[in-house]
This record gives sequence, structure tokens and C-alpha cells, in this order.
Amino acid sequence: MSDEMISQLADYIAKDILKQPKRSLRPDESLLKSGLIDSFHLVDLALFVEDTFNVHLDDSELNADSFDTLAALAELIQERQ
Amino acid sequence: MTTFAEVLRQYHRETPERVCMVLQHSGQEDRKVTYRELLEGANAHARSLQAAGIQPGEVVILILQHGSDLVFSFFGAVLHGAIPSIMPFLTEKLLPERYRADLASLVSITRPAAIITYPEFEAEVRAALHPGDSVRAVLLADQVEPPSAPDFDQLQGLRRTPQDIVLLQHSSGTTGLQKGVALSHQAVFNQLAAYQQALHLDPEQDVIVSWLPLYHDMGLIAGFLQPVLTRTLLVMMSPFEWVRAPQRLLTAVSQYRGTLSWLPNFAYNFCAQKIRDRHLEGVDLSSWRAVINCSEPVRYESHRAFLERFAPHGFRPQALAASYAMAENVFGVTQGGIDAPLTVDIIDREAFQVERVARPCADGEGALKMVSCGRPLSNTQVRILSAEGQELPERHVGEVALHSDCMLTGYYNRPDETAKAFRGEWYLTGDYGYLADGELYVSGRKKDLIIVGGKNIYPQDLENLAMSVPGVHAGRVSAFGVDNPEAGTEDVVIVAEVDSEDPQVREQIADGIRQAVTRGSAVALRSVYLVGPQWLVKTSSGKNARLANREKFLKETAEQD
Repeated sequence: MSDEMISQLADYIAKDILKQPKRSLRPDESLLKSGLIDSFHLVDLALFVEDTFNVHLDDSELNADSFDTLAALAELIQERQ
Repeated sequence: MTTFAEVLRQYHRETPERVCMVLQHSGQEDRKVTYRELLEGANAHARSLQAAGIQPGEVVILILQHGSDLVFSFFGAVLHGAIPSIMPFLTEKLLPERYRADLASLVSITRPAAIITYPEFEAEVRAALHPGDSVRAVLLADQVEPPSAPDFDQLQGLRRTPQDIVLLQHSSGTTGLQKGVALSHQAVFNQLAAYQQALHLDPEQDVIVSWLPLYHDMGLIAGFLQPVLTRTLLVMMSPFEWVRAPQRLLTAVSQYRGTLSWLPNFAYNFCAQKIRDRHLEGVDLSSWRAVINCSEPVRYESHRAFLERFAPHGFRPQALAASYAMAENVFGVTQGGIDAPLTVDIIDREAFQVERVARPCADGEGALKMVSCGRPLSNTQVRILSAEGQELPERHVGEVALHSDCMLTGYYNRPDETAKAFRGEWYLTGDYGYLADGELYVSGRKKDLIIVGGKNIYPQDLENLAMSVPGVHAGRVSAFGVDNPEAGTEDVVIVAEVDSEDPQVREQIADGIRQAVTRGSAVALRSVYLVGPQWLVKTSSGKNARLANREKFLKETAEQD
């Protein structure tokens, strides 16, 4: 389940946020601190999580302290499901 | 003729309990600050500066998050007669070493006497300082004196003259931080008087709502000093919180019956695209009388998208407004959309591109829709100049030049840059535009500046970062902006010449450039385009021809699509 979730998130980020569909993202790769995901795209990511996994992320959680990797984001989502 | 401190003293005496601003923070109750509280909080900072031996006329750099500490320290410096300048706070993605280098570069030119920051940031700040530099005190926000009633007879800010410099404004990046725009009390008040007239600003009726950062002229002047110095209510939220929840702007307008806001063009698209219906339940935008598009080129499509999205929530089409503004004129140069709807000029695309003339034509294929920035403020004259410096007739595209009674005193400690920016009494903006029926249309830039989301970015800063990546050579990189209509702003592209043809090596270099630029400048790149030797176009003097490289990139990538 978690692997599938990570791959769904990775596909979305590569295709819709980074606009590099072929780019692969490791589950432990830094997303926010590395600057890979710009703050302007955090809303998109939150909306995607809400639509796809039916989990609400509060805007105060959209920072590297809450999640900085795909693995951490998947964990956060699973805790809420 | 007056000064900031005189005006604040008057408001403190006349209307101490009037609410000056409402500070909004996610997850907290709104904090109302009265003029009495503002002056008492500011007085605490003034006393701390005094105790630290900071002299009136010396520069104080503020490195603080959006909120009450920043507000109080800014006016504290003013009450002490010192010159405040706000530096952007370190974001999590920016490399601390880069931030340190930027701060060091600011210190070397601006020569501040003090820096005010948080205790957890002190080590970072000190790491950028050197023995023998200008900084004599690093003051910590939690160690300032408690708020106290100001003793106006003692405060040195009351002894400043209207011609003295009151504040410095920097744009971002190494280059921007070395060019602080110095403004006098008088210049700011002249701007506010002219702008107030253009807006028909009524402090009893108007409510300004802003999420803009205070280190930028739009946020600092329109969304901070203007309301405080005219006694117009300000509702202020942090840009970091707004970008994560853009509906906050609309909820605040609805809740406080906001009437005026300023937004960079991308924010129209951002709000229209990212806000969900459930965020708009019960939101009423009918109080908004002007939402003013400012600080990046105004796009017709962005206004349409905003209007369509929010009209069902009471947003009125006549509230769409625009202004052409710059720190060198304190803020506004023109204002449109207040007395009459914004003019949209429909011109012939080819005549515009080839002949550089804005010739009216019928709407359709081959037509360009230009949104007017309105008329010059009553204190500001605008001229359009040819490359030779001759004034051009109506509808001819040339460089926008301006002259007013609210110009910068100069770039701080940079007489060389100040001299370069003027032709006689006229300030050369580096923007291209034309005048038609007394209204200004801004159509492009002469300078290589990139504007992303309202933020000015100097391409040479990004190129220097890219050159630090192994496999990339000095002088073989070009950075420029390309249009992103969906986002309503520009995207940044870097082209770099590399020797290797190995795809793996190239990918590594491209990733390296992305990371070096993002972490060194907080600018996200849309694309890193690697090319072979001799690809880049240079000027006859061997300099980077960024506009030509941009054209070449657009042509090549269009062919590949």
C-alpha cells in the first residue's frame, strides 16, 4: 500500500509539479529542503493528496518539519486514513 | 514638510486607541494593534538601539519574520532616527552559506551599524560578519526592552529633517542587495500624497488587506507605510502563509470588509486556480473596490481568470486596477482603474514587434491586448525615449523615463550606480512601453532583469551559481525568463554549454545546476538546457547576449515540440 502510494505521489510530482515525467524520485529524497518543490506548488500537492487519498493536509503542515520526503508524506497520509 | 516620527507622534496624541493594523497568523486569533501599542512597541526598539550606541542616521538591518517584531523594530529604528532596511528571512531551501554570502555583500556596501534578528538566527548572522566591519551590535528580538510609553522629547527620530534618508529598500540576490534604494521622508510623503489622490484613499472608509512581503516596495509602501502613515486600517498576513493557503486573502477581505489590495500578476492566476469552492463558502468580496495589479507585467488573461472565478462571490469587474510602480519613485508611477475601468488597447502584433509602434486594430488573430497601467500620478511625469534619448511621439515604443518630486535620494553608497540610472533629471527605468491618450502601457524590458512572481531576479546571480557546478565553465551560461501564460508570470531557464556528450554526465550536470541555483537563490528553474560548445550568442564585446540566447532557446525548443 505504502509503495503504491509513494509511486502515485512520485508520478504526480514528476509530471505535474516538476514537468519532468521521466524523472524518478527516491522515497528518501528531500523534496522541500532541497528546493525541488517550490512553495508555490505546495497548494497543488495538498489538493492532490486530498483528491487522491481523501486526507486533508492543513496549510500549517506544508513545510519540511511535517514531511520532506515521499516516505514521510506517505506515512503522514496513512496515519490519517 | 514633516517626518515619519512627527506624524507618528501626532497620531499617538490624537488617536491612541485607534486600531492601526490587524496582524493575522495561521492558527492564532487576529491581533489588533492600536497606535498607542505601535508606538510603545516601537519605543522599546528605539531604546534598545540607543542603549547599543547606535547613532541616528546609521543603518539598521532587520532580519525578522513577518509579524509584530518586524513592525515594531521598523518603527523603532525610525523613532531612534536610524535608517531601517528589511532583509528577507532565510527560507528552508536556501543554503545557509549562500544567505551568509548575500548578507556579507549587503553589509559590505550598506555598512549597517546594527542587525536585529532572532536568537536562533544569531549564529547565522554573526557568521557573515568580520572583525572591523561596520556592524557594532546584533540585537535579539527577545531581548529588547519591554514596551513603554515614548518620551518624544528624548527620541532622536524627532530631530530628523524631511530631507534625511528614512529607509532603504533592496531587491533580492547578490546584485540587488548591493543596490539599496535610499528614500527621504519628504519623498515618501510626496508619493503618499499623490498616490492617495489617485486612489481617492479615504482613511475612514478604506481597509487595506495585504499578504505582501515588507522587503519589497509594493508590500512596504502600499501595504504597510501607506496605511500606517495615513491612518487607514491595515489587515496584514504573512506571504509564507498566503502562498500555502491563498484563500486567506479573500477571507480577510470578506471578514474586515477590505477595500484595497495590491497583487503581482501571478497572484491573480494563483488565486483563480488554487482556491477551492469550499474555501469560498460565505465569502463576500463586494467590498473590494480596487485590486491593483503591480510589479510585474499586467496580463489581460489573468484579470479575466480572476474575474470569472470570483464574480460569483461578489467581486466586481470595476475593481480590477493596475499600477506601474518602482522603488526608485518610492512606489507608484501611474495608477489606472480607479475613476474608470482599465483601458485595454488592442494593437497590431506585427507592427508592434517589427516597427515598434502600437497601432490600434480590430480584435482577432494577429492582435495583442495590452492592459493600461493608467495615468501618471499628479507629481510624476513620464516620457518615452528612443535609444538616442529623444522623446518619442504617442504610440511609439521606447524606454520609460520619469521625473517626480519623490525620487530616490540615490542608491545607498553607490554614486556610480546612481549616476548611471539618470539622464539629466530623468530616471531611466529600463522598461519599454508607450503612451496613448495619456495612459502608459508597459510592454517589455530593456534590462536583462527576470521577474518571477513579482520578485526581481538578476540573471548574473543565477549564472554565477550555475558556474559553480563541476563541468560548467565560467562565461558559458545564460539565464533568462520565458513566458508562462498558465502561471501568469515568467519561468527561469538556464542554458549552459558543456563538453561532455555522455547522457549520464549531462543529467548529473543539469541536476547540479538546478540544485545550485535553487539552493543558492531560492529560485526554482523551469528548465536547464544543456548545449554544445559555441552555442551561446555573445555581444560584439564578448558579453552574454541574454535576449538573443532566449530567442534561440525558444526557437529550438519550439522545433523540438
